[in-house]
Order: sequence, then structure tokens, then C-alpha cells
Amino acid sequence: MKFRIDIRRKEGLSDPEGMTTHKALHNLGYTDVTSAHFGRTIYLEIEAADPAAAAAEVETMCRQLLANPVIEDYDIGVVG
Amino acid sequence: MTESPPDTAEPAHRQLGMTDDEYESVIAILGREPRPAELAMYSVMWSEHCSYKSSRTHLGRLPSSAPWVVVGPGENAGVVDLGDGWLAALRIESHNHPSFVEPYQGAATGVGGILRDIFTMGARPIAVWDPLRFGPLDEAHNRYLFGGVVSGIAGYGNAVGVPTLGGEVEFADRYAANPLVNVMALGLLRREQLVLSAASGVGNIAVLLGAATGRDGIGGASILASASFDEESGSKRPSVQVGDPFEEKRLIEACLELYDRSLVVGIQDLGAAGISCATSECAANGGMGMDVDLDSVPVREDGMTAGEILMSESQERMLAIVEPAAVADVVAVAEKWEVNASVIGTVTEGGSLRVRQQGELVAELPAASLSDDAPKYDRPLARPGYLDELWAAGLTAAPPGDVAEVLPALLDDPALGDRSWIYQQYDHQLFLNTIIEPGHDGSLLRIKGTDKALAVSTDGNGQRCYLDPRRGASRLVMESALNVAVTGTMPYAVVDNLNFGNPEKPEIMWQFSETIDGMAEACDQLMIPVIGGNVSFYNESAGVDIYPSPVVGMLGFADPMPSSPPRLDRARAAMEIWLVGPRDETDFAASAYSRVIHGRLDGRPAATNPDVGRGVIAAAAGLAHHLPVLHDISSGGIAVALAEIAITSEIGLSIGDVGWSELWSEGPHRFLALCEPGSMPTLEVPTVRIGTMGGTTLDFGRHGAVELSTATGVWRAAIPRRMA
Amino acid sequence: MVFPGTNCEHDVVHALDLIGLQPELVFHKETDLTGFDAVVLPGGFAHGDYLRTGAIARFSPIMGAVTAMAATGAPVIGICNGFQVLCEAGLLPGALVANRDLAFICRPVHLRVETSRSALTTGAASGEVLRIPLNSYEGNYVASPETIREMEAADQILVRYCDASGTISDAANPNGSIGNIAGVCNAAGNVAGLMPHPERAVETVLGSTDGIGLLRSIPAFADLVATRP
Repeated sequence: MKFRIDIRRKEGLSDPEGMTTHKALHNLGYTDVTSAHFGRTIYLEIEAADPAAAAAEVETMCRQLLANPVIEDYDIGVVG
Repeated sequence: MTESPPDTAEPAHRQLGMTDDEYESVIAILGREPRPAELAMYSVMWSEHCSYKSSRTHLGRLPSSAPWVVVGPGENAGVVDLGDGWLAALRIESHNHPSFVEPYQGAATGVGGILRDIFTMGARPIAVWDPLRFGPLDEAHNRYLFGGVVSGIAGYGNAVGVPTLGGEVEFADRYAANPLVNVMALGLLRREQLVLSAASGVGNIAVLLGAATGRDGIGGASILASASFDEESGSKRPSVQVGDPFEEKRLIEACLELYDRSLVVGIQDLGAAGISCATSECAANGGMGMDVDLDSVPVREDGMTAGEILMSESQERMLAIVEPAAVADVVAVAEKWEVNASVIGTVTEGGSLRVRQQGELVAELPAASLSDDAPKYDRPLARPGYLDELWAAGLTAAPPGDVAEVLPALLDDPALGDRSWIYQQYDHQLFLNTIIEPGHDGSLLRIKGTDKALAVSTDGNGQRCYLDPRRGASRLVMESALNVAVTGTMPYAVVDNLNFGNPEKPEIMWQFSETIDGMAEACDQLMIPVIGGNVSFYNESAGVDIYPSPVVGMLGFADPMPSSPPRLDRARAAMEIWLVGPRDETDFAASAYSRVIHGRLDGRPAATNPDVGRGVIAAAAGLAHHLPVLHDISSGGIAVALAEIAITSEIGLSIGDVGWSELWSEGPHRFLALCEPGSMPTLEVPTVRIGTMGGTTLDFGRHGAVELSTATGVWRAAIPRRMA
Repeated sequence: MVFPGTNCEHDVVHALDLIGLQPELVFHKETDLTGFDAVVLPGGFAHGDYLRTGAIARFSPIMGAVTAMAATGAPVIGICNGFQVLCEAGLLPGALVANRDLAFICRPVHLRVETSRSALTTGAASGEVLRIPLNSYEGNYVASPETIREMEAADQILVRYCDASGTISDAANPNGSIGNIAGVCNAAGNVAGLMPHPERAVETVLGSTDGIGLLRSIPAFADLVATRP
């Protein structure tokens, strides 16, 4: 199974990289941009017989290692 | 967070960490029940972290005056006079609790905070040091914390453009659930640039500079730093702050330009307790009041309450007090550096701090009451019962052994091995001031355009302080002073960071009180003032307190600087090796030898000797102008100090008449000096030749030998092999 | 050249002063470089290195004038972050990415000079070994194999990481740069980028003076350009 994990800064925490990029886009004339936020995407392939168990395992991986639950939220998607 | 207390039985003030007595004091000051925003302000400003309520009783015993002190404790940083119009600003702080919760951001925002303390004074920050304590690296979580903290310091410090010149590190179980992340910064300024945080002048304008205010770090000062860790630490996570070194870099440049052009009357950084603290301190320090309009504060999130805006610890913000005519210029400078500037308040007569939100008065209180009326506790003290037994145990000699076994074991210890894994991640050369880089006893910085130089050393030894806090603290001051002396400077001023456990336990308060006395005693003996400090209590997890861990930051000063200061890598074949200072073979309490080889922590550390201490420090500072290598003897004793010289200089050595115990003992007031044959000057302190440089072996005669290549390999791998 | 986030500008000014030049700082919002003989883009973290290192700085108002100056054949030098900006701006081939070990590296490295035809190496001899401090997180030079072949054919590789004896090896490669490349130039040799910091190696008391020859190359190259028929 293939999983796609999108990780981003928790809402409300500052995202300096996003803010700076937002400002740079404005300076280039893209004034219709109202916000920019950065995230990371991780693709995982897992040999799994039981899709539900694999999804639960990915969830655990996110909490334990892939995301930092202190400052990050994440979404897990199945891509194949 | 909401302003109305959640539906529980616990009253609002207790949820904010305030005692019933403290709440009664607030009512007495106001003559009424506090509004929600007012309660929020008092709860943060009266927290342990902001008010020093458990420590103030004792801190006054530290000597803080000397003719060269320009600004003593109490301001954002201590300032000393270096002559010819040059001043140096020094400050130390802890970021222990935030770094445990989120190591990268905790350490990063610690660096950001200390830099603001320095440039608040008008100084350009020129260097940072980081004393660190973690649990043993055998455990994955300790490696995660250690790695995260080091990359947080590097990530922020390098990007903000201030060099990090090292610090020191120790590892012990007691720090596993409560690591220590201390950070010290040095700034340099011309006398006319000195700025203080007083808001004088009715009608002057308060301008908020820098980042927008968000909910991050709300209650951080009171909640994170004023309570112990327990299983609920997870629920405290929203208090984590995120640092933005790019914002801080622009803020530094903008503020320094404001000072250059004399556009500000006073300035204060926003750290713990955010706008509450900055507005009240500016007003109170100037004997004034202030009207503040929260609608003018740029916020990152909608719907923030008055209490949240007042308490937010969002990073990279400053509050400048500006004359009305200068506001336009201030805004223009801010725009140049792409820093946000908002007029948020006006200085008023009468000492009252009034805060409005959407036209409504949300707080009105005497500005000075937030700091001056803060509670002050004289907590009970009790000498810990375990001390007698520990003192009676202790090694007084090293059991027979072989250098070939003992020395590699010590060099493999991560607290004794090569620390370049840490400091090579830090930019330690920026500004072209760094003459002695990390990896030596003290850092040495030149002041360009002058012959002057500043040396800095940070030192701590929690285990020694655990066995005897008074002697431990006194020895820290002496060791730190010797560390700056071997770079050719004389000790000039001290800052201290006092990391302790739960002050509500009498044994912890006793450790604290003894530490103050030991530190005061040594500073008096060396005639050096304590110009600032920080207290971090509640370093406790699941009922276990950390070792009492005072950290000393010593500033040394030389004018002129040695033309060719001693370095560990300047040893060459045939140079003579001399031991300067008293002979010693019995001081094994909290020694590296006891800990690493025998797994013990007991005994009573040797006391300092002020006359010997002063003599040895003066001898070192003098010799540094002539000799190629000087090296303080500390953890691991003479043997480890010799090995560090040999490894760094890539040359062997042979040692003559030194006893087995003397190789590992850690008595105070000693250093190694190397000189060309026959060139050792006569000194007024005990001096004895103990060996010669040369060959490819560390040869300790009858005690055994280690190949230089073996020692080098073990020493270099001590940290990398554990972090791999 | 000062972008917000640049931090080595005063060090570069100090070093250029020492070798007798008359450096001036130019803020990134300026648009005119009239009167200057050469431009140095110093190290630091322009725009916080956010998005990609150098990516935002290349759109700064001053970059138009920098590009125009490069076209005249005058020396345009990028050090560390400045090198990254020149790559992002397309004035130099290749790009710089995170170090192989994903850690910041601050220590002196050895460099072997590969050519003396650029604005940074006119004063150095091919094969000479220099000791210069490296100080970067994104110092890992990458380019496609075709680009590398073209650059080698056109003698555009200035210096490579080596050991003290000048041997190029994996062990002497601090950050994973392809072919141990530490500095490159454009086809004309006037635009040059270097990852280590020559301005940190200009005084004995700082540990090395090997950067002086590199910095002295800038006016020497400018004179060559000026006297060219």
C-alpha cells in the first residue's frame, strides 16, 4: 500500500517561512495571495495484508516520528 | 483559552498558578476583584520565573558593585566599562522547560530571547555560549533532545548572524527528564549607545516593533518555568513558541539604527509575560504610567482576548518609547528593515497602567505593583540528610590501575571527549573577532580597532555542587576565573544561572542558599562583581530534582591582548611540561575518575584556597603573554588535560614523577604550562616540571602508556559514535 | 550588497579594507551600481533562506543592476549565500543544496585551485592548496552531468575540496558536493561563486591568510578587464 502524509505547522503557530514567502509573492505583484503555508510531504510504501492495520500503523508512525505533534498537524491519505 | 473560567470548581486564580494569599494581595492593591485581564497580568508577573519570589531573599548576598560596573543586576543585561568609551553587556538565561517540550524551538527561542536582552541595552550582540545538560546518550530520547537542542541553537544562531562560541555539556541521569539549556550572550557598545528601559516624558509614544502577536507561548513563563514536570506535560504543549531568526535579524538591524540615530528614549524587549511585562516595566522604571490600546497590536489570529494579547510570548518583539516628533522617523527605519511598527500606547503621569480593547477598559492597575509588590518568600531551609553518609564514603586515592585502561575510558566519556560535533554546527567565526575558538578553556575575542580583548568561560558541575553546594559553587567561580586567565585576561565580571529543583522543598532551598554563599565568597575573594543572573526553579520531574546546577559565566578582560595567545594545538617536540599550582592527589569527590571508572558519586569536594587561587590566576594571566600552551586542569585531572594537549597538537609526551592518584585527582587552582626548553619563568606559586612533549605515545612511565593514535580515535569518537 | 538577512557584509568590508580597496555597502533596495568596479554578494541568510536559499533575494531591486554589471565583464563575486543567490539568478550554473550529513558545518577546509582565469583566482596558482573556513548548511554543489562536463571543458571550476596535500577524495569532501566542487565561474570568468569564506582568512591572528590572494584577484581581474582593448 502507498500512503501520502501531509505535515504542516499547527494552526495558530507562526510560520516564518510561509509569511516571508507570502510577502515575496506580494512584492512580485501577486497581491491576490492571502496566505502561504509550508508543509512537508512523505510517501510511504508498506507491505500490508490488512489495510486498516496499515493505516493505524502509519498513524502511530506520525505521532512517534514523522510529525512533531507539539507543533505539527498531519493528514494521511492512501494513494495506491 | 477563554477569559471566563471553565466550568470547574477551581477558582480562576488557582488555575493560573496563583495562591489564595497572592490573590488576596491583588484585591488589596486594586481595592476590588481583578478583571480577567488584570488577573492574567498579575499571575504571570508574579510567577516564580518573572518575580524571583523564592530567590530574591538570597540574591542580595552576591557582590554586585565594582568601579567598572555601569549597569548591575536588574536591567536586561549587566554592563561593564572597558575603557576608551567601550562597554560590554553580558546576560545569561535558561530555556530548560521549553527545550524539554520541543528541543529545537525551545533552544532556538532561548537564543532569540537572550539576544534581545543584549540589543535592548543598545549593544550589538557579538557572541553566544550554551551550557547544556542532558541524560546519558545511551538512551534514544536523550539523543533526540541533545541533537534537537544543538540544531535549534545552530539553526537560530547561525541564521540570525551571531556567532556561537561554545559552552559546555554534561550528561547524567538526573537531567534525563529535565535537561538544562542555558544561553549566555555578550554584546559590545559605545558608551553613548547605552539605552535603558525607562519610559520618561509624559506624552511619549510606545511603539511595538517586530512580529505579530499570536497565541503561542501564552502563560509560558508561569506555566512552563514555574511548575514541575509531571505526566501532564503533554497538555502544556500549546505554550511552545516558534522562533524566526530572520525577523530577529531585521529587528536587530532596525533597533541598532534607531540607537545610532538617537530616535528612542527607552526600549524593552518582550519576553516572558510579553506586553504586560514590557509596558509595566517601562512605565514603572520611569516612574510613569501608560495608556495601552490593544486594538493597535497586530495579531496573527482573530478573536484573541485582552488577556491573551497581554500574556502572549510571541517571539521577536520590542517596545520602544519614542518622542512624538520622532515617531515618523522610527516608522521609516522600521520600514527600511521590513519590520512592523505600531503605535500602541502613550506615556502618562501618575503611575497607572490602563489597557483598552475595543474602547472598553480591560485593565487599570498601578504599573509598579506588577513588579514591586510581587510576593517574596523566605522559604525554609534544611541540610539534606544524605550528605553525612556521602561525605564519609568517597575515594581518597585511586585504586591501582593502568593508564592504558583508565585514560581511554575517560576520553570516551561524552562530557570529556571531543565536543567539535557540537560546535562545528555553530558559526563561531562571524564578525572576525574570534581569536580562541571553541574547544579551549575559554573563548577569546578581540575588539577590532583596539588592543583590548574579552575572554569568556562558562562552567558548571552539578555533581560537585550536589556533594557540597557551597564548595562546589566557590570552585566554579575559581575554575571559571582560571579558564579566562589562561587566555591572557583577568576575571572582570560574572553572570550566573542558578538551575535548581523544587524550592518548596527545604533541602533544595538549602542547596540554593549554600550556592549563593559559596559563589559570593569566591567573587569577594577575587574582587569580581556579579552583574546579572537568572534563577530557574522547579527543575524536577516525577519528584526527582536535578543536581543543584549553578552555571557561572565569567568575563575576562585584557588590555593589551597577548600578541600570540596560548592554544592547545601549539605544543611541539621537546617543549617542557610544567604543573603550576599546588600538588594534589586526594580530590575524588564528583571527579570524572570516580564517576566513569568506579560509577560513584560521593565524598566531599576539597575547599578552595583564596590566596592560592588568586596567585595561580595572576600567574596564568601573566604567562599567557609568553608561553605557547596553558591548560586548566579540571574534569579527568592532569592525565586528561595532558591528553587534550597531545591530541590537539598531534604529538606525544612523556611524564615523569607524578603519582598514580595525582593523575586523576581534580583539586582546584592548577594548570599545565608548556614552554621551550629552559624558558620557564620563576613564579610566586608552586611550579614543578612533570614531563616533555615528543614522540607518538602518551607515556606515563610506570603507570603505563597509550598510543597517541588510540587516544585520538577514542576522544574524537566520544560523541559522534553515540549520535550516529 | 546587503539583503535583509545578510550577515557577513561587515567582515567582507573589513577584509577588502585590509587589502587596500574602498568597499561600500549597498542596500538591496537600491537599483544603481554606477561608479563601482566590482560587486561582492556576501554570506548570510538573505530573506532567512526561506523557500529556497537565495530564491527570494534574486528578485531584489538591486539584482537588475548586478546582472547588467555581470554582462559588462566586471567582477561579480558571490561568497557562500551570495554564491547561492548567483546560482538562483542564473548567473552561475548549478545549485547548492543541504549538506550530505544534514548538519551545519563550520570549520576550516583545504581547497585546491583548479584555474587562475576567474575574478577570484587570478592571484592564485593552479594546483595551489589554500586553507579557508567553510560555514554553511546548504553548501552541497549539484549540477547535471552535462553541465559539469561543459564546465570542465570551459575551465569554469575554480576550486575543489581536498586534503592538506591537495589530494581530491571523498574523505576530503565535507558536504557531498559533486566532484568536490567548492567554487565555480561563468564562461567569461568574471562572475564567480565560492562556498568557503575567504574574508575569514585574511589575518594570522584568525588562523590563516590564504584568503588574501583570492580577494586581491578581484581588483586584478577588474584591471585586466579595464585594460582590455
